[in-house]
Amino acid sequence: MKTKRIFAVLFLLAFTAFAISGFIKEENDFTVKGYKIGDEITAINLMNVDGTMTSLTDFQDALGFIIIFTCNTCPYAVANEDRIIALNDHFGSKGYPVIAINPNNPKAKPGDSFKLMQKRAKEKGFAFPYLFDEGQKIYPQFGATKTPHTYIVQKENGKNIVKYIGAIDDNVRDASAVNEHFVANAVNELLAGKEITVKETKAIGCSIKV
Amino acid sequence: MNKIIIGTVFFLFMSCGEKKSESSQIEIISISENDISITTSGEKIPSIDFETLQPLLNKYNDTTYVVNFWATWCKPCIKELPAFEKLNTDYGQKKVKVLLVSLDFPKQLESQVIPFIEKLNITSQVVLLNDPDANSWIPKVDTSWTGAIPATLIYNALNRKFYERSFTYNDLENELISILNN
Repeated sequence: MKTKRIFAVLFLLAFTAFAISGFIKEENDFTVKGYKIGDEITAINLMNVDGTMTSLTDFQDALGFIIIFTCNTCPYAVANEDRIIALNDHFGSKGYPVIAINPNNPKAKPGDSFKLMQKRAKEKGFAFPYLFDEGQKIYPQFGATKTPHTYIVQKENGKNIVKYIGAIDDNVRDASAVNEHFVANAVNELLAGKEITVKETKAIGCSIKV
Repeated sequence: MNKIIIGTVFFLFMSCGEKKSESSQIEIISISENDISITTSGEKIPSIDFETLQPLLNKYNDTTYVVNFWATWCKPCIKELPAFEKLNTDYGQKKVKVLLVSLDFPKQLESQVIPFIEKLNITSQVVLLNDPDANSWIPKVDTSWTGAIPATLIYNALNRKFYERSFTYNDLENELISILNN
């Protein structure tokens, strides 16, 4: 009888511990925030390298946007600069311009200061906005974790809806060896009025510095 | 109760081991050399694809593996590298092995990665993961990994945990202990 009671107590204790650990885990899972496919994104109004505040509403004719969190200093991001330029050249005129956003805090990464963003944009001849996420307020809403990190949004009834999250293509480190052009494929599918086949991809990137 | 006793014994065991850490360095290197298919520092760092790396992320024996994804130019990675080296030294005799997986550009292996490893006298095992299709292999490391570095996997036969974050030595040691004790 006594042993039975001890077992009951032990069982209760074990169950409580299990329940608590489950609860903690669940809570941790909630900390992974950010947009999912189908979510409406927040209004973006950030300083561009040309010195003007730039908002997505400035692009009346755009059908959507290729929003890329990138920076000056991450070698993976730098390895993608020419690919970002090419995406804007190809899709900007078709209604999907690139919006580049630097999410890094220059206090943590001096090479990503606004001045050096301007310098880099000039050197590379960026024909798209290169915005500074002042105070690092926009990237957490997206759930961006690294540079480069891409979000394709499509305008639907005045709202910008997330259609794709992930990598530009399947080879961050070597542009000459790319097999799958994820972003280009996705935008082409949107332009054709089709459902995007590959909506989420992953790539290695530099953690965002705050 | 049992857990507490095991924990206490473990801590005692550890505190003894730490004092020995310096003299045990040579042994650690010899342990690394016994490891299949991987060379240690001082030798050439192997450039491997994910198919070759994957078995090293799934070895279920009496050893606990600490696998760190990094690159020579990644500042937070370099900052935490000494913590991984210290862990490899301090816990080498307690069946803990550190594996450093470089995600540097493959063409910079000779010019950057090898000189870096030699300059810092890194004793942990180092490989360069040269596999282009990250979209395929990132989820195979851990489904929660978004792909940002630094990132770390700690696993043994019983436990497996993945961290997309930076570590101080204390944090890293605490995580290792929680996995060893679990």
